[in-house]
Amino acid sequence: MARLPRLLTGIGERPAELRWHERLHGPMPVLRRPGRLIEVVAASGLTGRGGAGFPAGRKMRSVAAGPGNKVLVANGAEGEPASLKDRLLLSRLPHLVLDGMTLAAHAVGASEAYLCVHGTEHGLLDSLELAVQERLAAGLDPVPIQVTGIPGRYVSSEQSSIVQFLNGGPGKPTFSPPRPHERGVKGNPTLVHNVETLAHLALIARYGDRWFRGAGSPSAPGSTLVTVSGAVGRPGVYEIELGTPIGQLMRLAGGPAEPLQAVLVGGYFGAWLPVQVAWPTPMTHASLKAAGGALGAGIVIALPAAACPIAETARVVRYLAEENAGQCGPCMFGLPALADALGELAYSGGRHGAVNQVAALLPLIERRGACRHPDGVTQLVRSMLRAFPADARWHERTGSCDGVGGPLLLPLPRDEDREWDFR
Amino acid sequence: MGLPVSLTLRVNPIACVGHGMCAELLPELIRLDPWGYPIVSSQAVPRPLAEHARRAVQACPTLALLLEEAAARHR
Amino acid sequence: MIINLHGPGLWYATRATGLVTLLLLTASVLLGILTAGRFSTRRWPRFLSQGLHRNLSLLVLVFLALHVGTTVIDTYTSISLTAAFVPFTSPYKKVWLSLGAVALDMLVALVITSLLRMRLGHRAWRRVHWLAYACWPVAVAHGVGIGTDRNATWVFALTMACAASVLAATTWRFVVAARLEMQ
Repeated sequence: MARLPRLLTGIGERPAELRWHERLHGPMPVLRRPGRLIEVVAASGLTGRGGAGFPAGRKMRSVAAGPGNKVLVANGAEGEPASLKDRLLLSRLPHLVLDGMTLAAHAVGASEAYLCVHGTEHGLLDSLELAVQERLAAGLDPVPIQVTGIPGRYVSSEQSSIVQFLNGGPGKPTFSPPRPHERGVKGNPTLVHNVETLAHLALIARYGDRWFRGAGSPSAPGSTLVTVSGAVGRPGVYEIELGTPIGQLMRLAGGPAEPLQAVLVGGYFGAWLPVQVAWPTPMTHASLKAAGGALGAGIVIALPAAACPIAETARVVRYLAEENAGQCGPCMFGLPALADALGELAYSGGRHGAVNQVAALLPLIERRGACRHPDGVTQLVRSMLRAFPADARWHERTGSCDGVGGPLLLPLPRDEDREWDFR
Repeated sequence: MGLPVSLTLRVNPIACVGHGMCAELLPELIRLDPWGYPIVSSQAVPRPLAEHARRAVQACPTLALLLEEAAARHR
Repeated sequence: MIINLHGPGLWYATRATGLVTLLLLTASVLLGILTAGRFSTRRWPRFLSQGLHRNLSLLVLVFLALHVGTTVIDTYTSISLTAAFVPFTSPYKKVWLSLGAVALDMLVALVITSLLRMRLGHRAWRRVHWLAYACWPVAVAHGVGIGTDRNATWVFALTMACAASVLAATTWRFVVAARLEMQ
C-alpha cells in the first residue's frame, strides 16, 4: 500500500460528506476502553501538529488523569497567515477531524467538546455546523461538538487564549501556571489539540500505531501537512512523510519558480534558512532545531534571490508587533521598537549601528512575555541576522537595496480584513 | 532542621504594569528595561538577599513579583 | 491624680486627637496618591511613599482609637462605643457622628484588606481600596459638621489646607493616569 496520501486521501473540491468519508476510511471506530486508545496514540509517537510538537499521547494521559470533568478543545483557528492546512482539513475533510474529536473526548473522559475557528470565517462555521448535524442524525458523537467562533486576532489562536475565551474572557493568553491541561475551561482539565493532530488520531484509531509508524522515521513517525508558498511552481498544501528533505518538498511543489536565496521554515515564528542549508534538511522538529530553525505548523516559504529578506522580515515583524495582546510591557513596547529598528535597517539603513540596534533589542524582548508571541518574533529576527549577515551589513552601510522596491512576498492579511476585538 | 530552600524570582508579565518598586528595593537582582519593566535575574536568590526579596514581593503594587521555590518548571 | 470623667479635659483630648487623626489621614491619603501615581525623585523613591503611607495609616488607627476612647469615656455626652461603629445609634448630633462611624468602618475595611493583601489577591484588594476616596471626605465632613471648633479660624484654615492638598493631588493623579493610558 502506498504510504501517502493518508489524511488527504480522496480529497475533493467540495466538503466530503459523511457517507463518502465512511467509504474512504471505514466507519467511526467503536469507542472502546478509553485507556486503550491513549496507549495506542502514545505508542504511535504522534506529536502535536499545531507547532509545539508535544507528544499527543502524553498530553492525553495527563488530562485523563486529572480530577473531575474534562473538556476537549479542537484548535482549528490557524492564526498564521501563511498556513492553510487546518482550513483545508476543516473545509474539505471535516469528518476526519470530528471523528478525532469524539475519539479523543472519549479517551480522556471529556463531557464537553469545542471546535474553534476564527469567528470571521462564516462559510467555514456553516459547513462545520452542517457536518456536525449530519453526525448527530447518525448518532456518532456522544459528546455534542460545539462549533465556536473565536476572535480573529493572531494571539487568540493560542491555547490559553482559547481557554480564556471559552471561560467568558477576552481571547488573550493567560499567565501560567496553571496550564490548560491542569485547569482550563471552567477550571477543568482541558485537552487542546490542533485539528490536524485529531485527524491523524482518527486514522490511528482505525489502523493502529504500527501503521502510523509505517511512514516517516522511528524518531519522527507519520505524515504531516505542510503549506508551501513563495517562489515555487505549485504553492499549496501537501502531505509529506516526516523527515522529507526540504528540497524534495520544493520539487513536489513544482520546484523553484526562480532562483532562490532562502527558505522560511516554521512560519512567522520559525526561522530563515539559506537555501543551501535548507535543501538537504529533513522536515522534523529535531533536524530543523539543529539547523537553527523550527518545524512549527509546517509552513515553508521560498524566498527568491531577487527579494530582500530584511524588508520581508521588517514587514512581518511590524504585523506581529501590531498583533500583540497589549498585556505585557516588554512585548507591547519591545516589538514596535524592533519593528521600527528593522524598518530603518531595511528602508533607510546607511546608518552605523543599525544592525546592533536590532540585535540589542532581542534580549530585552525574548522570554519576558506571558506567552510565546515575543519569543517567536525574536527567533525569526535572530535567524535573519544569522542567515543574511552580508545583506544586513550592506543595508547598514548603504541603505535600502533593489529587492525592497517590489511587492512583498510573505503573506499577510489585508488591513481591511483584520479584526481588532478580543471578544 | 530542613534543607535550605532555593528561591527564585519571577514576574507575572500580565499583572506587571512597570511600576518600578521592585527595582528600588532589590537593585542587586532586578533592573528596569528602557520601558520601565523589570528584568529579573533567573538565578537563585542569595540567602543574604532573601528578606529583601520578600519585601520586594510584598511591595509590588500589583502583586506581580513572585518568589518561587526553584523546582523544575515545564514550559 | 484623678481622671475627671466630666469636664473640659477629655473634651479637649477628643478634639485634639480628632484633629491629629484628620491631619494624619490627609497625609496618608496624599502619600497613597503619590504611590499610585508613581511619584519619585532622585531623593524620594517610590517605596518611601508606599512605606510612609502604610505606617501613617497605622498611626491613624492609634489616634483614632484615642479619639474614640476619650469620646466614649466622657460622660458629658452619652456616646456609647457602639455609636463609634454603627451609624445612627447616638442621640448626640446623630448625623455628624454617624459620618464619623461610617468613616471609621471604611478605614477598618481598608486596613484589614491591606494587611491581608497577599492572601486576598490584587484585584479584590484594589476594589476595596477605592473606598479611600470616600473615607477621607466623609471623615472631613464629620469633623466640620460636628462643629465643636467651627469658630476657631486656625482649625478651619487647617481643614481647608487639607482639602486643597487632597484635591490638588487627586487632580495630579488623574493627569498622570491619563498620560499612562495614552502610552
